[in-house]
Amino acid sequence: MSEHYQLRVNGESRPVNDAWLGESLLYVLRERLGLAGTKNACEQGECGSCSVLIDDVLVCSCLVLAASAMDREISTVESLAPDGDLSDVQRAFVEAGAVQCGFCTPGLIMAVHDLLDQKPSPSDLEVREAISGNLCRCTGYVRIFDAVQRVAAEREE
Amino acid sequence: MLAELAGALRAMNVKVARTLDEACERLAENPEAEVLAGGTDFMVEVNYRHRSPKAVVAISAVREIAGWRLENESGGAGGMGADAGRYGTLWIGANMTYTEMATPAFEGLLPSLTQAARTVGSPQIRNAGTIGGNLGTASPAGDTLPVLAALDAEVLLRSADGSRELALSDFITGPKQTALQQGEIITGVRVPLVAPTDASNDIGRGEFLKVGTRNAMVISVAGLALIARHDIQRVCVGLGSVAAVPVRPTEAEEWISPRLDWQQRSLLDPVDVETFGEMVAQAASPIDDHRSTAVYRRHAVGVMAKRALVRTFGSN
Ligand SMILES: Cc1cc2nc3c(=O)[nH]c(=O)nc-3n(C[C@H](O)[C@H](O)[C@H](O)COP(=O)(O)OP(=O)(O)OC[C@H]3O[C@@H](n4cnc5c(N)ncnc54)[C@H](O)[C@@H]3O)c2cc1C
Repeated sequence: MSEHYQLRVNGESRPVNDAWLGESLLYVLRERLGLAGTKNACEQGECGSCSVLIDDVLVCSCLVLAASAMDREISTVESLAPDGDLSDVQRAFVEAGAVQCGFCTPGLIMAVHDLLDQKPSPSDLEVREAISGNLCRCTGYVRIFDAVQRVAAEREE
Repeated sequence: MLAELAGALRAMNVKVARTLDEACERLAENPEAEVLAGGTDFMVEVNYRHRSPKAVVAISAVREIAGWRLENESGGAGGMGADAGRYGTLWIGANMTYTEMATPAFEGLLPSLTQAARTVGSPQIRNAGTIGGNLGTASPAGDTLPVLAALDAEVLLRSADGSRELALSDFITGPKQTALQQGEIITGVRVPLVAPTDASNDIGRGEFLKVGTRNAMVISVAGLALIARHDIQRVCVGLGSVAAVPVRPTEAEEWISPRLDWQQRSLLDPVDVETFGEMVAQAASPIDDHRSTAVYRRHAVGVMAKRALVRTFGSN
């Protein structure tokens, strides 16, 4: 337990002290920095519930060695609604009924923001591919697709 | 105050290398240090306590081994044997991610590798996982490996002591086993450009096909790359997940290559196609495991071989 380093998370410098070097970014976010929005399920990159952006690239934070992310810009789901005002994607998820148990929601929200930033009007196939790394066991996805298309339409206006 | 001071310190045992020299130096200094690229294999092992690193050299920020470039395009000897390199060679940096392999400019040069990259994991995995890591892990199911095998790729290695190049078949020595020595970093791979960059004939450059239980997030049950080497007029095939290491069905390659029209797409003789598929299937030495059976895997590579051949050379 000897590692000391700083991470840049949601625009702030956050010191991490007395850490084991093998800790994942997911673990550090949740257990050391108190950012519990990023969810922990599979710890092997299969479920996507821990998705974050690192230098604007969507990755699974469980597969990032936290100490190797020094000097990178990390954005978590908490960055989307700093003052409690939901982002358009978050609002659409609520309105479309795309949230049931809610566990997969933060990861999906991150993936959908990333998709719509790159492809403002994605086809159904593109949406499916973009969220193929995010597992949801409640909704059957239909309302999630619905939420994505709502935001795409809204942003077009 | 104390905490702030500590926070200003750098992690002791994790080195984020910016240059190859820096990475090689740190690996030479500390024989326990392990190389970390995208982390998509490495961190699964750490999270599940199968790996407990004492020191890490993270190489994702090393720009020298990012991206790809054309080499010797004018047609000089590419360093890949007498016949190869007629159209130049392609250098692929170890840090190149699957997402980067799926960009249109790269797809134009090596569509089979793009196809392979697009079948890997999910967007999150493709954004992080690299070709260097696929080689480092050397899983029989590694999706870039059939393509690299079919292309007779050279694996480029570097350590504080110097550089060396190994043929892929010498680099991968067994399932999840490589010839990588302590202190060595994979810097990239070099493959021949199989057709001129402005090729005008309509024959494809090759195909990658993969069988799995679904379309996304699936480890290969069987995979196949078929490369049309226009430069040496030879069909080269790499098989994945059907043996301990990638397989080249050389007899099938030698049998079919002279039977094909290399000038334009044509109607293929169905008997030739069938025979080729059988010969490829015979070259596999698959096993039964939790993902599939040996019988199914052999059948699958035969079907994929026929399909890839027709897609590459066939006309309707
Ligand atoms: C959910 C999930 C799905 C996946 N799906 C697929 C799939 O469909 N197909 C597939 O082929 N793979 C798949 N993988 C495996 C993995 O993503 C790939 O093998 C990937 O290419 C590993 O690259 P990386 O950069 O993440 O390597 P890392 O995890 O960083 O490293 C892997 C190994 O290689 C070594 N290494 C890495 N780079 C170098 C280098 N430059 N020099 C020397 N040693 C090095 C490391 O020390 C380590 O032992 C999947 C993984 C996950 C978690």
